Amino acid sequence: MKHLFTLAVSGLAAATAFGVADVPKASAQDQLTIVSWGGAYQESQRKAYYEPYMKEKGVKIVEEEYDGELGKLQAMKDAGNVTWDVLDVDMAHAIAGCDEGLLEELDYSRIGPKEKFLPDTVLDCAIGSIAYSTILAYDADVYKENPPVAIMDLFDTAKYPGKRGLLKKPFGNLEWALIADGVSREEVYDVLGTPEGVERAFKKLDTIKKDVVWWEAGAQAPELLANGEVVMTSAWNGRIGNAVKEGKNFKVVWDHQELDWDLWSIPVGTKNIDLAYDFIKFASDPKNMSQQSKYIDYAPTHVDAIGLIDPEIARNLPTYPENMKTAISLDWVFWADNNEELTKRFNAWLAQ
Amino acid sequence: MAVAETLPSLTIDGVPLKVKLARAERSRKLKAVGLVLPLFAFVVLTFLYPIVVLAQKSILNEETIGRLTRTNEALANWDGVSVPDEAAFAALAVDLKQAQERREASEIAKRINSEFSGAMSRFKSVTRKVADMESGPYKEVFLSSDEIWSDPALWRVIRSVSNTYTPYYWLTAVDLRQGAEGLERAPAGEAIFLDVYARTFWIAGVVTVLTLILGFPVAYLLATQPAHRANILMIFVMLPFWTSLLVRTTAWFVLLRSEGPLNDLAEMIVNNRFEMIFTRFGTIVAMTHIQLPFTLLPIYSVMKTIPPSHVRAARSLGAGPFHAFWKVYFPQTVPGIAAGCLLTFILCLGYYITPALVGGPRDQMVSYYVAYYMNNVINFGQAAALGMMLLIITMVLYWAYNRLVGIDKMKLG
Amino acid sequence: MSTSANSFVNFIDVQKSYDGETLVVKDLNLSIRRGEFLTLLGPSGSGKTTTLMMLAGFEVPTHGRIELDGREINNLAPHKRNIGMVFQNYALFPHMTVEENLGFPLAVRKLPKAEIDAKIDRALAMVQLSQMRKRRPAQLSGGQQQRVALARALVFDPKLVLMDEPLGALDKQLREHMQIEIKHIHQSLGVTVVYVTHDQSEALTMSDRVAVFNDGAIQQLATPADLYERPQNSFVAQFIGENNRLSGVVTELNGSHCRVKVGEAGDIRALPVGIGNVGARTTLSLRPERVRINPTNGACANQFEARVEELIYLGDHTRARVQVLGHANFVVKVPNAEGVPDLKPGSTIRIGWRTEDCRALDAF
Repeated sequence: MKHLFTLAVSGLAAATAFGVADVPKASAQDQLTIVSWGGAYQESQRKAYYEPYMKEKGVKIVEEEYDGELGKLQAMKDAGNVTWDVLDVDMAHAIAGCDEGLLEELDYSRIGPKEKFLPDTVLDCAIGSIAYSTILAYDADVYKENPPVAIMDLFDTAKYPGKRGLLKKPFGNLEWALIADGVSREEVYDVLGTPEGVERAFKKLDTIKKDVVWWEAGAQAPELLANGEVVMTSAWNGRIGNAVKEGKNFKVVWDHQELDWDLWSIPVGTKNIDLAYDFIKFASDPKNMSQQSKYIDYAPTHVDAIGLIDPEIARNLPTYPENMKTAISLDWVFWADNNEELTKRFNAWLAQ
Repeated sequence: MAVAETLPSLTIDGVPLKVKLARAERSRKLKAVGLVLPLFAFVVLTFLYPIVVLAQKSILNEETIGRLTRTNEALANWDGVSVPDEAAFAALAVDLKQAQERREASEIAKRINSEFSGAMSRFKSVTRKVADMESGPYKEVFLSSDEIWSDPALWRVIRSVSNTYTPYYWLTAVDLRQGAEGLERAPAGEAIFLDVYARTFWIAGVVTVLTLILGFPVAYLLATQPAHRANILMIFVMLPFWTSLLVRTTAWFVLLRSEGPLNDLAEMIVNNRFEMIFTRFGTIVAMTHIQLPFTLLPIYSVMKTIPPSHVRAARSLGAGPFHAFWKVYFPQTVPGIAAGCLLTFILCLGYYITPALVGGPRDQMVSYYVAYYMNNVINFGQAAALGMMLLIITMVLYWAYNRLVGIDKMKLG
Repeated sequence: MSTSANSFVNFIDVQKSYDGETLVVKDLNLSIRRGEFLTLLGPSGSGKTTTLMMLAGFEVPTHGRIELDGREINNLAPHKRNIGMVFQNYALFPHMTVEENLGFPLAVRKLPKAEIDAKIDRALAMVQLSQMRKRRPAQLSGGQQQRVALARALVFDPKLVLMDEPLGALDKQLREHMQIEIKHIHQSLGVTVVYVTHDQSEALTMSDRVAVFNDGAIQQLATPADLYERPQNSFVAQFIGENNRLSGVVTELNGSHCRVKVGEAGDIRALPVGIGNVGARTTLSLRPERVRINPTNGACANQFEARVEELIYLGDHTRARVQVLGHANFVVKVPNAEGVPDLKPGSTIRIGWRTEDCRALDAF
């Protein structure tokens, strides 16, 4: 039930965002607060980075969790007491946080040469750490024969009856809706850029609306699948991979996977900026970076780290060529422009 | 005696009695003020001040304040329907250049983007372009960078945003917006908040009525049992009260799940499973459970003060048991019912975590959207407007309630 | 039990227990006459209130029968008994005006509006509160509330009215005034009243007869005068009025007289009431006002030396505490009239009393 508490606690924390801030630590110099997305993902970071870093540098790392609520950071900044030192962001939050002036513009001389990273992951305010993907997952014990194989099947309630889990955000879902409605992956954003295209996407979502259970925290997706609340769900591929390692018979559908990145960033106003750079440099070292894939099925962003991955593991990573065949590259410029309006629209649609 | 009545009364040392009295009373008053002051300061600091800040945020253009002053001046005489002249473009260019140097350009773009989708990327690219320019003309550069710059609708937004104050958040909170010809209703696909308010009040009302129906008989039982038995029963009522809200909500989550124990039981009895989690039903059940003591306790404590002799008197005067209860006992519990129900209703209006965990998307209440705008969208203005709106509606309801029931008649015990 | 022709209420072999172990009311037999003012008097826990509640119908007898007007009412619901009741704290309905309170029993009986109004008028006039019709109980003084409660209990013309310590919350002066008022109302209406109190002077002032309760049983049922002058046992003697007690042993018993040895030297002639044979222990009861100072020879069969310990001046009389026959708390009431000797603490005097004033009761 841990994820429920996470969700709940983050909600409560949000409600009191103005009020409560952490008490300043006695020796702020030796302590680094790193905020990430919780669950299996944070667990993999702990093993790959936090523990080795603490051991090597004698620095205490304090972990916190969030679900992308940059509002908390804004509130801390407004209050002049930013207690987050390093922040793990996805692409959308990296761009939004940079635009809002919440994230430091990075000085790459303190991290490493830009050209050593996958070009998509080198941003003004964030540097890529891993590639993850939003995929469709199902319980193979439920579908012994005729399992779902494509995104189309997510929308086929006749062939695959039952509840399905989806992330409670427009982004990713609208793209899949159009794909399932017959739009090719190259044309998705051209279509979605028009009012008719948006209409079309929501219409497609309408067909499964009453069968959807919406999730908000990454850990919820495998949980919903595990306790039978849903028969299939969208999920971040690493979360499913870890559930499989724990003995669940879950399978990933790589068809039209939506590739995204997680990146390191530094909040404006941190009191430990030097230490934060030091940590990001450590985590961006190819040798250290290649460790994370051992603990979760996410792929490194440093070109030198990619070669260090065990081929057995590589097959389960989103960047594996076989898995990439129909992958959608999410359009961040489109989402920066349209996220607010489409989210408003999405919320209104949800509430109807 | 006649003298004493006509002249001001004096004390023995000749000071007027009134002066002496005022002096004697002053230290007493100071003490009284001293006793109240800490709490008063606390309330002002932690309650009134945040409300004022919130109210401000809901009408301020915080992201653009003082950052588009030139543009604002240049657009003062613009007709609102044509493409603005070079002066306006130049003013915006200079404002953007300055904002870019201060790393504020994105905030302006985001603010405009929230009213005009797509402005974000256009602002960014044009800002990059004009940043390299020493001087104008700018209009050409803007228009060649994207056709959106010839859209008067975008300029209307820019003009509105360049003012210190904005009605935008409040209008959005009631599903209105500013169109070319004054106010208009938000399109059906975006209109959401009136629904959300109606739903919030509906859920709060249903939960209040349910807690009353369930709580009243229990309160009556508690109030009429001998003390030792009432105390044991009271512990059962209070037990959930002493458990954290989160734990109870999570417990309901487990209970209501489609693979949960309630459904297992249903499967056994009627061979069917019911959809209870992520529904309005689940939300109301969980909220009713959590709110029950809040309604029950004031009723109970009022009932405790009603002497049993009242019902006995009614009986001896010839009233049957029900008549005696209804005409003599029940009216005396009304102040408790009023207090309990008002408490529960107002608390229900602010529910966030319970609907979020056991409700579906159609069961989310106002607080959810407040949190959403604060955390996820970082739109404090919209969050503030929604919150203020709830506060105002609650106060209006409270006022109406006062007129109807009378707050002075309300008793917590 | 005998149910005489004009007896209105009968308790026949009534017992009551709340817990199934102890009896709160033990084998009660009581017959109340029509039109009588009967008081149940006793200390708290003596069973008097329980008796009243059984009559009102709020408690059910564990054993025995209760009859009202010749009809058994053991299982009759309270609202069907047509008994008016005045409660300890009045039990006025706070959410109703005086008028509504009085109208309540009438409306329940579905009387026509005009008749209700007339009855309310009459009842309020009776308690002199006609101008208070529209007030709520909270706006009335304690005495006024008491009178409203009284009017409410009478407004529907019940044949029997029960009063449970109705004057307990009033101050002394008001209480005495109300005692007289209630008595007058009783006399003018001819209604039967059963009145519960623990105040013996109240009981004596108001009642036709008083039933003294103790320990769940009636100790004595008699008129006020009989109760005071001729207590049947030492509990009653002690509970009603002031009383000097001397304990001793019976040495001689012959018809209308007996001799009792008190201490070493005391040999007292007394009236035998409730004593055993020669050699039994007894308590002598003697009212303080029956003790004379310096009695003329022959007037008193009992005469003893006493030492004045303390004098308290009380206006019409002086209370003298003296030591006699080894008892230090012997009280003598000396009227402040002419010809009364001047007493001084520490001085020795002679006191005496008549044989018939000194009652030999059960050993206490």
